[in-house]
Amino acid sequence: MRRLPKTLVLGGIITVIMIGAALLSRFWTPADPTGMNIMARLKAPGEVGLLGTDQIGRDVLSIIMSGAWTSLGIASTATLVGGGIGTVFGVMAAAKGGWVERLVMTFNGVLFAFPPILSAILLGALLGPGAVTSMVAIGVFMIPVFARVTRAAAIQIWARDYVKAARMAGKQDTLITLEHVLPNISAQLIVQLAIQTGLGILSEAGLSFLGMGVSPPTPSWGRMLSESQTYLSSAPHLVLAPGLAIAITVLGLNLLGDGLRDLTDPRRRQTT
Amino acid sequence: MMLDVKDLRVSFTRERLPPVEVVHGVSFSVARGEVLGIVGESGSGKSVISLTMIGLLPGTAQATGQVMFEGRDILRLPERDLCKLRGNRIGMIFQEPMTALNPAMRVGAQIAEGMILNKGLSRKAARAETLRLLDMVQISRASERIDSFPHEMSGGQRQRVGIAIALASNPDLLIADEPTTALDVTVQAEILNILDDLVTDLGISLILVSHDLGVIARIADRTLVMCQGEEMEQGATEDILRRPSHAYTRQLLDAMPRRARASLEEGA
Repeated sequence: MRRLPKTLVLGGIITVIMIGAALLSRFWTPADPTGMNIMARLKAPGEVGLLGTDQIGRDVLSIIMSGAWTSLGIASTATLVGGGIGTVFGVMAAAKGGWVERLVMTFNGVLFAFPPILSAILLGALLGPGAVTSMVAIGVFMIPVFARVTRAAAIQIWARDYVKAARMAGKQDTLITLEHVLPNISAQLIVQLAIQTGLGILSEAGLSFLGMGVSPPTPSWGRMLSESQTYLSSAPHLVLAPGLAIAITVLGLNLLGDGLRDLTDPRRRQTT
Repeated sequence: MMLDVKDLRVSFTRERLPPVEVVHGVSFSVARGEVLGIVGESGSGKSVISLTMIGLLPGTAQATGQVMFEGRDILRLPERDLCKLRGNRIGMIFQEPMTALNPAMRVGAQIAEGMILNKGLSRKAARAETLRLLDMVQISRASERIDSFPHEMSGGQRQRVGIAIALASNPDLLIADEPTTALDVTVQAEILNILDDLVTDLGISLILVSHDLGVIARIADRTLVMCQGEEMEQGATEDILRRPSHAYTRQLLDAMPRRARASLEEGA
């Protein structure tokens, strides 16, 4: 039996726990994440609930669990949709070259000029803050990232002799892209997907921190950080809990990406 | 003549610079069942010529002249007809067996794809044909090897698979661009023997491109010597080796180790 890469196991465990917590929060949380209890405000971890309570007495663990659903949901949807569009642009640019490539890359350059925060402020002004605004802002940012990575990787594959052999066999560009190019750049795309989902979580937290993300009372890690700034010295657990949740989730996704790359790349496979 | 090339010129366009011509009016022909060796140093235009034969030059290249394949000019064929020609009549063996095979695809599937696409074979029939081709290129335990990934094979085995891919379309003309350069000497000899057998047994024509006169001398009936995109001389391989008429050919022969040259001349 083949041994799984350690990074994959560790990253997988962290990611599964985070996704599990997010899913569980849809059915059960230790307390109501939006339920206030002023009498039990700013309680330390263990005193009331496993991670204590916030400035209006809400259970921090429950908010973290519900916040996982918000963060992971927005980040993964935005990355998948934006990444998918970017990948299509990237393979198209690599396959066609010429003016198609120039047009796609110029369009990407224009998109790249707007960081997600700026796009979100712009979209927020048009659509108002909320989950859709966050998703579109992060997703738009993902398009040029994936287009560039995909194009760079695909161009290398198009120069390979097996692509020339496929063209010799009479294969059209679309079939070559599907059968020869995409499978050979999937490792890079998987790594990008994991890393960019991590970045998406950071961006979502940033947008919520600035008040451009999901609206209250929907729990959000970024807004938790923003609201707990005042209590940094008196109740540090309010900052540590969402901060660690973000850091651990991003770390888990990065490890998962590395592990998946090791597993899917046939050249890295170890047969026993 | 199966292939008749007349005054072939290939140039590459450059941004904000005038185009640069890399092949300057080369002419040659290949008869059915004949092996033509094209020899020259790096940058002599050998590979550009072989890519022109199959219409796979990059978009920045411009070819003029005539490349007549059985009466049709490859340079003026519409892309659709060119695809058909490449898929059915002309096969190509590439230099680097590591990059000539898709690392993410089993070798059997890579050999079979041309047959399924061009001959309309079913997957089962294509698999049987693939096994026959693997036997033909002398891959041992073909029924096990057919499901291997390229990284599970040695360089020599990968090059054999490359030959099988080129043969999958039953080509009349095979173009081998430095097929033995990336291989060690004993495997080189085996691959050349396989190519020689294919020409004899199947009656196909072969264009063998190499920088190594020793490789050309082993199986080429006729040889074209190239330098910096120009034809230096061409003729029967034996004549070229025994009585080189151009100074560049003599330089190529002089550049060979003395013993190799002696055995070459004995062989010729």
